[in-house]
Amino acid sequence: MKRTITATILIAGIIGIVLWSTRHAGQDAPDRISYNFHVRPILSDKCFACHGPDQNKLQAGLRLDLAKNAYAPLPENPGAFAIVPGKPDSSELMKRITSKDPDYLMPTPDSHLSPLTEPEIEIIRKWIEQGAVYEKHWAFIPPQKAALPKVKDTDWANNEIDYFTLAKMTEKGLEPNETASPEYLLKRISVDLTGLLPTEAEMDEFAADDPEAAYEKALDRLLASPHYGEKMALYWLDVARYSDSYGYQDDNIRTQWPYRDWVIHAFNKNIPYDQFITWQLAGDLLPKASKEQILATAFLRNHKYTEEGGVIPEEYRVEYALDKVKTYTKGLLALTVECAQCHDHKYDPVSQKDYYQVFGFFNTSKESGFEGDVSVSKPAKTPILTLSEKEIKGVLTFINQRDTGSVTVSVMEEADTARATYVLNRGAYDQPTDLVKPGALAAVLPFDTTRYQRNRLGLAEWTVTKENPLTARVFVNQIWQEFFGAGLVKTTGDFGMQGNLPTHPELLDWLAVDFMEHNWDIKRLVKQIVFSATYRQSSEVREKHLEVDPENLYLARSPRLRFKAELIRDMVLATSNLLVKEIGGPSVKPYQPKGLWEVASSGRGELKTYEQDKDSALYRRGMYTFIKLTLPPPSMIMFDASNRDQCEVKRTSTNTPLQALIMMNDPTVLEASRVFAQQLQAENQGLETNLSRAFRSIICRKATPKEMEILKGYYAEQLALFQAKKLDAYKTLAVGEFPINKKLNLDESAALMKVVNTIYNLEEAITKS
Amino acid sequence: MEKEVLEHGLNLNRRKFLSRLSLGLGSVALGSLMIPDLFSGSEEELLQSGLPHFAPKAKRVIYLFQNGAPSQLDLFDYKPKLRELQGQELPASIRMGQRLTGMTADQASFPLASSKFTFKQYGQHGAWLSELLPYTSKIADELCFVKSMYTEAINHDPALTFFQTGAQVGNRPSMGAWLSYGLGSENKNLPAFCVLLSKGKGNGQGVYSKLWTNGFLDSVHQGVQFSNSEDPVLYLNNPDAMDKDDRRRMLDRLAQLNDENYQAFGDPEINAKVQQYEMAYRMQTAVPEVTDLNHEPESIIKLYGPECLIPGTYAANCLLARKLSESGVRFVQLYHQGWDAHDSLPSQIVGQCKDTDQASTALILDLKQRGLLDETLVIWGGEFGRTNYCQGTLTADNYGRDHHPRCFTIWMAGGGVKPGVYGETDEFGYNIQSDPVHVHDFQATALHLMGLDHEKLIYKHLGRRYRLTDVHGKVVSGLIA
Repeated sequence: MKRTITATILIAGIIGIVLWSTRHAGQDAPDRISYNFHVRPILSDKCFACHGPDQNKLQAGLRLDLAKNAYAPLPENPGAFAIVPGKPDSSELMKRITSKDPDYLMPTPDSHLSPLTEPEIEIIRKWIEQGAVYEKHWAFIPPQKAALPKVKDTDWANNEIDYFTLAKMTEKGLEPNETASPEYLLKRISVDLTGLLPTEAEMDEFAADDPEAAYEKALDRLLASPHYGEKMALYWLDVARYSDSYGYQDDNIRTQWPYRDWVIHAFNKNIPYDQFITWQLAGDLLPKASKEQILATAFLRNHKYTEEGGVIPEEYRVEYALDKVKTYTKGLLALTVECAQCHDHKYDPVSQKDYYQVFGFFNTSKESGFEGDVSVSKPAKTPILTLSEKEIKGVLTFINQRDTGSVTVSVMEEADTARATYVLNRGAYDQPTDLVKPGALAAVLPFDTTRYQRNRLGLAEWTVTKENPLTARVFVNQIWQEFFGAGLVKTTGDFGMQGNLPTHPELLDWLAVDFMEHNWDIKRLVKQIVFSATYRQSSEVREKHLEVDPENLYLARSPRLRFKAELIRDMVLATSNLLVKEIGGPSVKPYQPKGLWEVASSGRGELKTYEQDKDSALYRRGMYTFIKLTLPPPSMIMFDASNRDQCEVKRTSTNTPLQALIMMNDPTVLEASRVFAQQLQAENQGLETNLSRAFRSIICRKATPKEMEILKGYYAEQLALFQAKKLDAYKTLAVGEFPINKKLNLDESAALMKVVNTIYNLEEAITKS
Repeated sequence: MEKEVLEHGLNLNRRKFLSRLSLGLGSVALGSLMIPDLFSGSEEELLQSGLPHFAPKAKRVIYLFQNGAPSQLDLFDYKPKLRELQGQELPASIRMGQRLTGMTADQASFPLASSKFTFKQYGQHGAWLSELLPYTSKIADELCFVKSMYTEAINHDPALTFFQTGAQVGNRPSMGAWLSYGLGSENKNLPAFCVLLSKGKGNGQGVYSKLWTNGFLDSVHQGVQFSNSEDPVLYLNNPDAMDKDDRRRMLDRLAQLNDENYQAFGDPEINAKVQQYEMAYRMQTAVPEVTDLNHEPESIIKLYGPECLIPGTYAANCLLARKLSESGVRFVQLYHQGWDAHDSLPSQIVGQCKDTDQASTALILDLKQRGLLDETLVIWGGEFGRTNYCQGTLTADNYGRDHHPRCFTIWMAGGGVKPGVYGETDEFGYNIQSDPVHVHDFQATALHLMGLDHEKLIYKHLGRRYRLTDVHGKVVSGLIA
């Protein structure tokens, strides 16, 4: 393929194309207007703030989110109607959104919402013409399995997923890319399923086998690998806002890591998602709760915890409960309900009372808001689960407790007398108003108290009942995002009125129902996704793609995605054989630039200085790097890792010069470059082999002749410089604590190290193609 | 659906476009490309929404955050009445149910404590300043003292977070990130938002990276923490034994290899990566140039004081702030710890003032002599005030003060600020008497000075439009020249 266009022109072109499409999207408005897919996004964005669910902000008594109100005579002008089904010209709404008079126009200029565009007005007009039929919000209608769409090329499909994606591609005039070449496929599934690159041996084996058989074999191997649990946990730990310190000002150490070990274990053991959730929300309330089940409830205790002398304990106790509500609603239901902390939700059917009913579930634990300042800090806060050495060695073997002795974790436990919950005026802890009972969000699914107890266990059961329209969809979408970089609903954390609509609604629903029908089996879901032909496409970007679907919404190619922050570290350490593949345990402190903690610290607590670890602790996977909330590991943050301050369901992926500086100058990368170079050199297989093995190990494909030529050229140049003493070989090699092999020719070591470091810096090295 | 999906694509592309090309390399031109992202909307909005919203009075901000909360009663807010009432109980009619921190909530008595320092009036506006600020008092006419600041938070962490992000909790973008987002940087080789940290000898309260977080904005808008170690920016320096020429050789090979892959995949992201490496390379030259304080003339060293040659001190950071700002960095954020004087306030505050008075003043004078003060907004202040009553035991020459949210003083100078004294507290120094300025009002005003309408600088995230001022704040016209 000829590619002479520069990136800039390409990007400018993409913007142009999308602009063009936006402009024309409305004019090509479909014959049949759907409330959910066409009208509601406009009304929600432009009208509901004042004419929606928020009772306190309601203007002129008019609600446009409910048909009966929108059709009724206007409270302030009973002769007129906001919407007259079938008659746009008689509908006050049409007059208002098309008016040229700023006093009459809606949205009003002082709302800071721009007027509706022509295409938007056209959609509203057509919808009213067609009868102004309202529909329940799509995400609140329980999913159903639709029949597979008819497609021409049934041979292409590997499983049901492909029918849905292919139908969509065809509709958009796209064709799927061919299957990616085996080298790329193996790298893709290895990174996606375990976060680790394939080894040279695995690459050889894969290449030697029949492609289809090799693929299935590799899938099974990877799904059975203990590193599968680590990779899956990496995502869940963002949801669970896992960290190793309390946050807030003195930010002392805490020991929540046994929870992290449990998450890894749970994914490896393939605990069904409904149980996985139930234990984390209410493990302590299960009959004869095991220690493992109680440990899972640390999920609700990973929030920050203040040790600032002088705080008002109740203010913080409430804050922690609010955080639990946020984690639960955003992470599990993909609803953003925080606004209802202070007022009725402006877009979604969540009133302030609804909010505090959910809050009620999390308001009855034994927690206090403050247990003393940093001088009396302990590694866990009440309620505490103590795991003895005997229990760990006996039953809870997945906990990697290296020291002897017990370990404590902050978990959930109900107080002896249940605390009453009140609506808090404007969300203020000291302004209780109406008494409420715990209850789940009725707009999603009524909370039937004949079925569910009014406690966290009841909430968990309500969450994982198959009638709940959100839980399975939300999780399936999150998992989809892990493999395709974006969910079928792009707003992973918001399935509400203001969120994006699904690109493939039928596929999302099919997967959600299928997932529930198969006992919420996570590994099965993962396997379905990676087995699909959709997933296995090549990621080559063609002109047609940039023209029709630059953002790859319709999946006619595989996405090229940069590795997550932690996996970049893993890649560097694994290829140089420095990686210590031990799973779990207390978090570690590898190399970090000097003085970072010290300059920001209050000077109190165990974490006021960064005490770097030694030996094997320097070479653990990225997910085990100690997360101090007030100063999370900088190389992770720069590569867009979550700062774990709050529940996160989606990371961004940026590209900055600071990232380039890490790959060029971080001692971790430099040490790995050196160690890898000396290993190759020690095996004494000749330069050509050394270079091609280095390239293949890191990039996971064979270097092209042209690439080999560039590598050789660079090596020769560097070697000459080192030999001429223009560059200092020993100084170059002297980075990191791993001993230098001084028996080797150090000029050659240094030259090879520079080449390896250059390979680590390739865009492809940290990208799955 | 079609439309929404495509719009999402549009937004994503704009974002990608910017993150590909920019480390806040914004510039006003790119800034205007950036902003449509804020709206959900149409291309009409896109075309109309150029930034800034109106002519800015200031182009850059230097924020000297006095972390821990300096005592307004010992520095700015002169209250002779307290001397009369020394040791007497704070009347309930003045306290009016103000909630107290856990540190004094159980205190049986709240004896009023006057400042032991003497005050005088300075400049044409007659600003009262204590003897602790001999340097500041010389530039009183350049400064706008806002004596009627108030906040809602009574503890450090939430109060700091509130000042910087507009919300007490939550992972929201900080002020510098908003400005980087809205206006970009004037210098494509330096980050738009730089953070400098220092510590005084007084009681410290720590700082946290969430104070300079990008929140839900792209991470290019995150504040870049400069350090006083060998690497002023993390990982900036090439390894030992690698010089600039050698880095160039490596980058040339790297670009060739990346291009090979671009030929195979056609993904523009590959070329964007090459550009980021080039920018990193330019930063490797630009940053050391600007952070090198060893070549400043004697007059400058004298102005900032000898401490400015000791890396990591407040004085050095003030000088560095001037250099960064002069080089086009949009927002330089300093934090200086040590103001949290719950006890031994008289001795602690002397040290804090010694660390900061001269250098803060020097910064103003230095900007002025370079003709930069008019276009640079300088802000000096803490996260709340301190109580007029004593925490702990009041003695003849010793007292401590607890946190006080209801009134405190900050000062602003430069870009469009009207010098003088704004607002007034009551004779107890406990409540505001006139012209209250809420934290959100302060934020709205600062944005206004930068040419931004705080109600329009918004970012839609998870269905909600967010702004620095949340849903509050009004521009305080009395602070604007």
